[in-house]
Amino acid sequence: MARVLINLPRTARRGEVIEIRTLIQHVMETGYRPRADGSVAPRDIITHFACLYNNEEVFAAELAPAIAANPFLSFSLVAAESGILAFTWTGDNGFEQTETRSLTVT
Amino acid sequence: MRRLALALLLLGATAEARESSFALMSPETQAMQREDSANPGMLWVEEGRALWDSAGCAGCHGDVAGMRGVAARYPAFDAAPIDLAGRIAQCQEARQHRTPFPRESEEALALAAVIGLQSRGIPVNPPDDPRLAPALARGEALYRERRGQLDLSCAQCHDANAGRHLAGSPIPEAHPTGYPLYRLEWQGMGSLQRRLRNCMTGVRSEPYAYGAPEYVAIELFLMRRAAGMAVETPAVRP
Repeated sequence: MARVLINLPRTARRGEVIEIRTLIQHVMETGYRPRADGSVAPRDIITHFACLYNNEEVFAAELAPAIAANPFLSFSLVAAESGILAFTWTGDNGFEQTETRSLTVT
Repeated sequence: MRRLALALLLLGATAEARESSFALMSPETQAMQREDSANPGMLWVEEGRALWDSAGCAGCHGDVAGMRGVAARYPAFDAAPIDLAGRIAQCQEARQHRTPFPRESEEALALAAVIGLQSRGIPVNPPDDPRLAPALARGEALYRERRGQLDLSCAQCHDANAGRHLAGSPIPEAHPTGYPLYRLEWQGMGSLQRRLRNCMTGVRSEPYAYGAPEYVAIELFLMRRAAGMAVETPAVRP
C-alpha cells in the first residue's frame, strides 16, 4: 500500500467551494530510463486518478510518464451534501488504491 | 546572566549573517515545504510514524512526540561521534538485537524524518562535548581540504562563493538544517550523507562509503556552524 496524504476540510457549508489536495507515494518510473546495467527500467506509473463524491465522479485526471514521482493533485469542488469522497489511483502493474474521506455539509 | 546575554548577542550576530538555502528557492518550492499537505517528505514522516510503532521504538521511547529536540542535538558522542541515523541503527542493533535498517533505505530515512520533524523549528544545538573536539577539527579540515579532479574544497563554494551561482543554480551556505529532505532532483528522500556524496562526485572525487566517520565529522562541523538556526526537517530542495 502506497502512503497517501489527503487534505480536505471535515465540514463545509452547503454551496461552499472546497479545495482538496492529494499526494501519493509512487515512483512514476518513466519507462525511458536506463538502469546501471544498461537495460531500460520498465514503465511503472499511475495512469488514472478519479474522485467520486457519493459515487458520482467529480474529478478525474490522466497521468503521463513525464509527471514527477509522488504526484500531487489539487482540485476543488462544490460541497453539495454530506457524504463520502472516494479517491482512486490506478496504474501500471495492476496498481490500484482507494482512500475514502467523509465530508459533513451543514 | 551576562554570559547568557553575550551568548544571545553572539548567536544573534551570527544568525543574522547566515541563511538557510530555503531562502534561495523559488516561491513555489518554498510553498511546497511550508505546506505539510504538499510536502512529499511528509509521506516518509507518515511511514516513519507507522514504523515507530511497528519496529518497536515506542516500546521504550513512548510517543514519538517525546523525541522533541533530539534531532537538533546530533551528531553526539557515544564511544565515537555518532549521527542520528547511526544512533537509530545502534539502538536497533544493541538494544533490539535486530539487523538495523540499512543506511539510506526508505525505512531508515522514514524513521529519521519522523524524529527530525519533532524538532522542526527548534534551534540546532550540537552538544558541547569535549570528546567531540577531534572529530570537529577533522570535519573542519575536511571542509577546507581541496579534493577531486576539480581540486575544490567545500569552503571554496559554500563560504567564498555562497549566494553566487554555479551553472545557474544558487550556491547555498551549506547549513544542513533540513535533513533528511525531499529533493526534487532525486524524486525522493535523502540524507545529508547522500548530499555530501553528490558534492564529492560533483568535484570528481571519490565519495566515502555511507556511514563513514568522515561524514559524521563533516556533519558535526556543519551543525556547529549552523548552531542556532531552526531545524526544517523534512525540508524540500530543488
